[in-house]
Amino acid sequence: MRRFGHILPVACGLALALGVGPAPAADKWTMPRTSYGDPDLQGYWTNHSMLPLERPKELGDKARFTEKELAAYREKEMQAKVTNFGASTTVHYNLDDYGLGDDQIHLVHNLNTSLIVDPKNGQLPPLTPVAQKRRDASVAWAKVHEFDSAKTRGLGERCMVWTNEGPPIQPFGYNTHYQIIQTKGYVVILMEMIHDARVIPLDGRPHLDPKVRNWLGDSRGHWEGDTLVVETTNFKAGLHEDYRFHYAATTEKLRVVERFTRTGPNRIDYRFTVEDPGTWTKPWSGEAPWESVEGPIFEYACNEGNYGLPNTLSGMRAKERAAAGKE
Amino acid sequence: MRGLGKFLAIAIAAAAIPATALAAGPDVPRRADGKPNLDGIWQAVNAASWNLEPHAAAQGTVPLTGAIGAVSPGKGVVEGGTIPYLPSALRQRDENFAHRLTQDPEAKCFLPGVPRATYMPHPFQFVQSDKNIMILYEYDGAVRTVYMADRIEAPVDSWMGWSNGRWDGDTLVVDVTGQNGQSWLDRAGNYASDSLHVVERYTMIDRDHIQYEATLTDPTVFSRSWKISMPLYRRIEPGAQLMEFKCVEFAEDVLYGKLYKTPPKLVPELAKQ
Repeated sequence: MRRFGHILPVACGLALALGVGPAPAADKWTMPRTSYGDPDLQGYWTNHSMLPLERPKELGDKARFTEKELAAYREKEMQAKVTNFGASTTVHYNLDDYGLGDDQIHLVHNLNTSLIVDPKNGQLPPLTPVAQKRRDASVAWAKVHEFDSAKTRGLGERCMVWTNEGPPIQPFGYNTHYQIIQTKGYVVILMEMIHDARVIPLDGRPHLDPKVRNWLGDSRGHWEGDTLVVETTNFKAGLHEDYRFHYAATTEKLRVVERFTRTGPNRIDYRFTVEDPGTWTKPWSGEAPWESVEGPIFEYACNEGNYGLPNTLSGMRAKERAAAGKE
Repeated sequence: MRGLGKFLAIAIAAAAIPATALAAGPDVPRRADGKPNLDGIWQAVNAASWNLEPHAAAQGTVPLTGAIGAVSPGKGVVEGGTIPYLPSALRQRDENFAHRLTQDPEAKCFLPGVPRATYMPHPFQFVQSDKNIMILYEYDGAVRTVYMADRIEAPVDSWMGWSNGRWDGDTLVVDVTGQNGQSWLDRAGNYASDSLHVVERYTMIDRDHIQYEATLTDPTVFSRSWKISMPLYRRIEPGAQLMEFKCVEFAEDVLYGKLYKTPPKLVPELAKQ
């Protein structure tokens, strides 16, 4: 299965992800508020979904499933997983063994046929010619050098940052849990993946100087009505370098706007728009809703338990020695 | 309930350790419920990250870097000046010191544990919600939730442990258990085991200062409980912000360099480790 085609660091943390199911329409529900009046988004959440970023080609222009079609799609995906993964003797990371399989954890209800909702065809916009060249060069380079050192491995494998952390925050194979905590002037989003937290100031302060570049960017938030709007800039170039974005490593021009709207006791609508004129010919937008889960989130000490990376490098060195006739 | 019983036992044991009675000053910011408001960015300003015990300045572990990386001198933050190690544990501490260049978890960009996270040479931020409190550290993006409302026994050991909090008057008392025993207490090899129990006390003495105390109990390493204390200073500059310090990429050559196709050139002190 493509999502797990990479060798992953050992997962040291897993959440107690006991799903509570999609919220029934609560007639009497009113927006919960903090003691100082902001909408209260606090709690434990997941965005786990089997939906791909881009719409499967065979679905064409079909933007929405019916409930029945969604159930059939999930069933097909589960079967594909069993066929491609569960029965394999070479499987290195069977999530079912950890209670993290797609059929074992809470899947967020979403009738969309892809995370991308704009462009309407559910596909990423075309790369700019420069980005296309960059991507081709990167893929060609990786074929020769990807096992050279820690620096040439994927960001996730190095426990630097996982592509699902974004922003935008996307569903991923595992560790798709989030904790939101708020105080006056700040919203904090703690992501289970690599215990990464974004501390988002709401006081209207300017972004960091453009000289400062972060893996997770620099986020500023404000309320538009009851919607939390977060704008993130100051990204390092090279984020989203890998397969989730089809090797379209983003540039320092990347800018992401996220919109969080609590719509019920157990649900947050999460919409995002991504623009990077250094990568895509136009902005694109997506939806990846969140639903509440039971906490707490455990610590995911990624670097501390990273056996995958040294084993990968060690394996390649052994292979090279064998090829050179030394073993 | 077994968990609650053990938690209460810990709480009672913690209560038996004498704590300095400190009163909050008159200009301490307060929340609607009257409790002190710890929100803000704070930092220790001392040499505890080098060594909790009193120590003179010294050459750093890599002489090639000159005065950069030299040990900052400190009067010490341990009550009584000396950590009361058991004899075998003291030998382990000295062993740690001898190999600190590569064995200090900080060299590997590992999570710092508690209390070390507090006095790393980086700021940290309190986010005090209506319910629980989160403490976010700039170093390695370390983070922990202080459970004020959902207090349970540590479900599993971890690097940052499990923090349950309560108010003792105006003092935030945080009970930390469930640390995995792999973190150190400073760059001098001081350490504890996975039996460590830390009781931290945060008392705002005025608007911009917190008096911090931590009592460490670990019968497998120490002959008795011992205490550190230091002030924490608010970062008062406008727009103060925790910056991103994702240090994994700074540690990779040390951690994995020998496995690279072309191993990186390391300073002699590292190469011979």
